[in-house]
Amino acid sequence: MKENILIIGGGIAGLEAAAQLLRLGYNPIIVEKEDRLGGHVARWNRLFPDMSPAEDIVARLTAAAGDANIFLNTRIAFVNKLKDSYNIMLTNGISVITRILLFATGFSLFDASKKEEYGYGVYDKVMTNSDLENWFNTGHDERIPEEGPRAMGFVHCVGSRDEKAKNPQCSKVCCITAVKQAIEMKQKFPDAMVYCFYMDLRMFGKKYEDFYISAQRDYGVRFIRGRVSEVSENIEGNLVVKAEDTLSGKPIKVTLDLLVLMSGIVCNQEICKSAAQLSLPMDSDGFLKSRDNIADIIESPKEGIFYAGACTGPKTVPETLAEARAAALEIHNYITSTLK
Amino acid sequence: MMDFGFKISPSSAINLDNADLSLYEKVREIEPDISKCIACGSCSASCPAGKFSGMSVRKCILDLQRGKKKEVAGMLSNCMLCGKCTMVCPRGINTRHLILSICKLYKED
Amino acid sequence: MAGMIFILTYCLVALVRIIMQLPGEDRKKFFISLVTPKTMAKNIRDIFCDCLFHVKLWKRNKLLGYMHSSIAFGWFMLIVVGHIEVLLYVPHRAKLFYFPIFFRYFVAETEETMRGAFFFFLMDFFLLMVLSGIFLAMFKRIQSGIFGMRRTTNPSFLDLIGLYSLWAIFPLRLLAEGFTADISGGSFLTKSLNYVLHSFLSDHANMLPAWWAYSCALGIFFIVLPFTRYMHIPAEILLIPLRNAGIKIRNARKGFAKAEVYSCPNCGLCIDACPMGVMKTHIKDTTVYLNRQIRRNNERRIEEISDKCLLCGKCTAICPVGVEGDKLRIAQRSLRKYAISQDYSNIGTASPEGSSDVLYFAGCMTALTPAISKAMESLLRKAGVSYSFMDRDGGICCGRPMLMAGRFDQARQLVEKNTEIIMKSGAGTLLLSCPICYKIFREKYNLGGIRVVHHTEYIAGLIRDGRLRVSKDSLRYVFHDPCELGRGCGVYDEPREVLSCAGSLAEAPKNRKESICCGGSLGSLTLGFDKRKAMTENALANLTAASPDVIATACPLCRSTFNRYADRPVEDIAEIIDGKAVAGTTMIDNRLIIDKKN
Repeated sequence: MKENILIIGGGIAGLEAAAQLLRLGYNPIIVEKEDRLGGHVARWNRLFPDMSPAEDIVARLTAAAGDANIFLNTRIAFVNKLKDSYNIMLTNGISVITRILLFATGFSLFDASKKEEYGYGVYDKVMTNSDLENWFNTGHDERIPEEGPRAMGFVHCVGSRDEKAKNPQCSKVCCITAVKQAIEMKQKFPDAMVYCFYMDLRMFGKKYEDFYISAQRDYGVRFIRGRVSEVSENIEGNLVVKAEDTLSGKPIKVTLDLLVLMSGIVCNQEICKSAAQLSLPMDSDGFLKSRDNIADIIESPKEGIFYAGACTGPKTVPETLAEARAAALEIHNYITSTLK
Repeated sequence: MMDFGFKISPSSAINLDNADLSLYEKVREIEPDISKCIACGSCSASCPAGKFSGMSVRKCILDLQRGKKKEVAGMLSNCMLCGKCTMVCPRGINTRHLILSICKLYKED
Repeated sequence: MAGMIFILTYCLVALVRIIMQLPGEDRKKFFISLVTPKTMAKNIRDIFCDCLFHVKLWKRNKLLGYMHSSIAFGWFMLIVVGHIEVLLYVPHRAKLFYFPIFFRYFVAETEETMRGAFFFFLMDFFLLMVLSGIFLAMFKRIQSGIFGMRRTTNPSFLDLIGLYSLWAIFPLRLLAEGFTADISGGSFLTKSLNYVLHSFLSDHANMLPAWWAYSCALGIFFIVLPFTRYMHIPAEILLIPLRNAGIKIRNARKGFAKAEVYSCPNCGLCIDACPMGVMKTHIKDTTVYLNRQIRRNNERRIEEISDKCLLCGKCTAICPVGVEGDKLRIAQRSLRKYAISQDYSNIGTASPEGSSDVLYFAGCMTALTPAISKAMESLLRKAGVSYSFMDRDGGICCGRPMLMAGRFDQARQLVEKNTEIIMKSGAGTLLLSCPICYKIFREKYNLGGIRVVHHTEYIAGLIRDGRLRVSKDSLRYVFHDPCELGRGCGVYDEPREVLSCAGSLAEAPKNRKESICCGGSLGSLTLGFDKRKAMTENALANLTAASPDVIATACPLCRSTFNRYADRPVEDIAEIIDGKAVAGTTMIDNRLIIDKKN
């Protein structure tokens, strides 16, 4: 009989792990709360650094995981710990008995309206990174005028590296996302003035620095080193953004007609409950705690429970995929070693 | 003073070898969070006094770390203690108490 | 006897010192008030209500009230009735003030048997009353919970001596009078005790140790009194007329402040009230401990305690004797010396954009919660009010945060700057969104007839006048009373009136005067961000107890503090109403409304 492996989350981590587990001869079961697979990546338009379409990779992964049992619109109702396995009751009424659980639960985007001073949900011309990707995909958003913005800004680190937002961690991918989105806006509206307000630019990944250089040299994106402190609206309904230009040491003020907030990555808020039922510990950064943050990042402190992707911290797409493959292999090793 | 018709301007470089960090260290004892500053500039940008003068908490902290305390005194004399900088600081530094502590501990040379 | 003489001279000297410490002008005010019939009557009434009957405590908790008033009033009546007895039976001895206290003893000595069943009954009755109070007091030491107090003060060594001698006085008196009841007379209590005692002790000589013990307990109590919390008994009698004379704290350690510090009965009600109390480490930073440290002149602790406080004013609001914990702390802060003093003379005071009847000052904190100012502007437009936005592009701080730091001179400078701008605007109404500003605008600004109003009051007015029509839905709101708006300015009803136009109103268990500070207060100088989380969560638990859909508040600082940790929407009243209001049918010229109000 094929061994059941329950994968929580049908994002790219869950799909990739399922595909690998299928190849290794197991029976992966994906539980996805939404009505479609692909998670956050499926909502994105193009991915850095090669600007490859996000839907391509989601389609490829979905096809590879096609033979897995996939339950959409389903959540975990409750978990019963049996002697050496788990009895998991799903909200669609199905119960699964498995020895192996893989958390591929990903992340939540920080709720930008909690940063009240930026006026998300208050001003008509403030949106988030995810709203902008949605516009790239659909072309519908009232906040973006047809002729494009005259001047727009990206605010880095919204709800990340911010103790006031209860998330002191760096979200890792927003810097490069902002640069990517700035370039895309410039490609669409070459005449628009595009500003990036940053605290530090963290261009750590493959070809990220090239991307940054290109944004500066080829697209003329203006980088201002200063965190936006408040946003107000002038009488014409445009946004007045205040920051300090820390490099010149002077307060800076600029009038914009579009502001994009780079909402940070926080741990999937919903999964905390399931994690608590299984008494899985949370790390001090608010994400799931691995057995070891260097050697065993994909293993939980509990036997038979594994992690893949952004449930243990902010990750890029290639990192997430690599972890998903590693988790599949680790699960295989675990099963073969415990069967003996 | 004799007028030679020219002046030797003091070096504008900061020499950390002989920077006087005593005030910074004293303030740090009271408000250790001063060393958490990442110089994001939120405090200065939101500062209502910054509009009228050069007041900037970020610069105060930096100047203290570089041993330039005269500049600090000048800036702080405009602070209104309104607390906006404390509200916006992403590192949760109690900037109001920091300002009061500097004002209290400051000594003219 | 020595005890009584000691305490009387001590009190007299202290009284003279405190009065001498008052600034000349205040002293005059005090003496005039003493002879003014109206304040005189108020003084007498307050002294009776607070010192003898403890009306405020009755309102808080019946048992606690009974405990205090039975001891205070019972003892007082024992003294009064004792004096009457002496006056009636041995008038020539009445001049000796100690005679009535030991009346029974002296009477026994002269072997005069008195017949005064009525007085005997009264004396026994009041003795029983005191004894029941003492019994409750003993019980309270073990179980303070049933008195409505979760925590109580940790007494100092001298306090304990005072406490035990106070506890001892009356049982000993009962014992002593019990021994002599057959000679000097007694009633249901002493007489019956007498029978019991006589059943196994027949010698009258036994009464001597009892009377000695009684007199010792009394003597010890009075001797330690000035150094213990029981000093509040005489001090409060002074504090009441001082307060009624309208005297305020002007010096951190002298005059009125001193009277308040000594009036603190160490009851510890402020411990439960203090929002910092959710963390055990802050218990010793409450007002009762501040008073104790001030009495001990422990400068290091005084500074620590006074700088940490959030200045929410709840301890002041619930204090049974009226010690103003917040104002005392601000006064302590004002003693600090700063090497850098702020000066704002270089700040210009240009008049604000346009000129209209209503001048809207959002305040520094509102700049960080644009939802509030945006909603307010929208409401003003809907109601057809012509307004100008004084600090759309940032303004000058109102001065309240400076004042709370005890830096009065700097605060005054800021007040002057803003006054200049406001007077230049020619507006008739100053509309504020931030209660922190509101408090100082009401108290320290002299704006020559310009009406100062918080937006909750203003919106209430617009709805009443029919200039805004609000549609009601089924949402349940709970209102958080911001410290500075509620306790600070006494505005409790308007916000609730406005909210009940928008939906149904739930009340938090601790509300109005007892509302719990959100923890974001600017009042605290030293409390870091990480230390405040527990307070915010505690305040939120209180607000969500009635499971409301929305937490409503009327302060930008409370809004953003709660929003950080809340599990449901936190909104300002202006936002809530703006979402549900349309222009009313009555469009009255704004000037008319102002004229009506003036």
